Amino acid sequence: GPLSERPLLEVRLGELHTWISTCHFSAQGLLGAAQKAWNSYYAKYINVRRGGPAGISMLLAGYCLLSYSWNYQHFSKISCLGSH
Amino acid sequence: MNLSFFDQFMSPSLLGIPLILISLLFPTLLFPSPDNRWITNRISTLQLWFFQLITKQLMTPLNKKGHKWALILLSLMVLLLTINLLGLLPYTFTPTTQLSMNLALAFPLWLATLLTGLRNQPSIALGHLLPEGTPTPLIPALILIETTSLLIRPLALGVRLTANLTAGHLLIQLISTASTVLLPIMPAVSLLTTIILLLLTILEVAVAMIQAYVFVLLLSLYLQENI
Repeated sequence: GPLSERPLLEVRLGELHTWISTCHFSAQGLLGAAQKAWNSYYAKYINVRRGGPAGISMLLAGYCLLSYSWNYQHFSKISCLGSH
Repeated sequence: MNLSFFDQFMSPSLLGIPLILISLLFPTLLFPSPDNRWITNRISTLQLWFFQLITKQLMTPLNKKGHKWALILLSLMVLLLTINLLGLLPYTFTPTTQLSMNLALAFPLWLATLLTGLRNQPSIALGHLLPEGTPTPLIPALILIETTSLLIRPLALGVRLTANLTAGHLLIQLISTASTVLLPIMPAVSLLTTIILLLLTILEVAVAMIQAYVFVLLLSLYLQENI
C-alpha cells in the first residue's frame, strides 16, 4: 500500500525519511501513535490465551532502561568508589 | 562523608520532562481494563481476583453508606502498592518518597472523612473526642489530647509512608555501597554484607506492601468512625 499507511517495522531503511515526513507530528498524532504501539504490544504479548510472566517482565525491564537513561547524566558524574 | 546518598530522592528531569510524571503514569499500563469477553487473558483474571480480595477486605467493616468509598479506596491501594513495589527495581524513581505527594494524598482524604462525619452526624463525630468511662476531672485534658490526635492524623499518615520508604531505600543504597567498596579489600565481609542486602530487599518488598495496606486501612478506619 502507500508508504504512509504501513507500520514502522515494515518500512525499509532507505524509505525511512520519506515515512517520517508523512507522519502527523501533532500532540494528537503522537498520542495516537503511542496508543497504537501499546495496543499492538498488548495484543501480541499480554492478551494471549496462555500468557506467562514474559509480557509484563519485558515491560518492567523497559521501564528500568527508561529510568536509567533518564538518570544517566546524574550518575555519570559520580566518581568511581573503587579508586582510593 | 559525601551527602550524595540523598540524590536518589531528587526528581530527575530530562529535556524538561520530570521522571516523576512517567513514574506516576506507568502503573496504569500494568492494569489493563478487561474486555467484554467471558474468558479474558491471565493477567485480567489475576487482576479481578486481586481486586475482589482487597475490596472484600476493606469493605467488610463498613456500613452500606461507606461502600460508596469502595472505588477510591481500592484505586488508592492499588496505586500505592504498585508505586512502592516498582520503586524497588533498579534505577527507578519512587514518587511516594516525596513528602509532598504523601501529604497531598492523606490530607484531602482525611478531611473528607472528617467533614462527612461532622456534616451527617455531628454529635457522634464530636463524641469520639471523649472515650467512655473517663473520670470527670480528666475530661478537659482528655478532650485536648483527643483533638490533637485527631488533627495530627493526616500528618502521621503522610510521614509514616514517606519515612518508611525513604529509610528503606537509603538502607539499601548504604549497604550496597558498603559491599561494593569492601569487595577488593575483604571479600568475606563483602559476601556477608551481600547476604544482609538480600534479606533487606525481602524486608523492603514486605514493607512496601504493608505500608500501602496500612495507609488505606487507617483511612477506612477513620471513615468507619464518621459515616
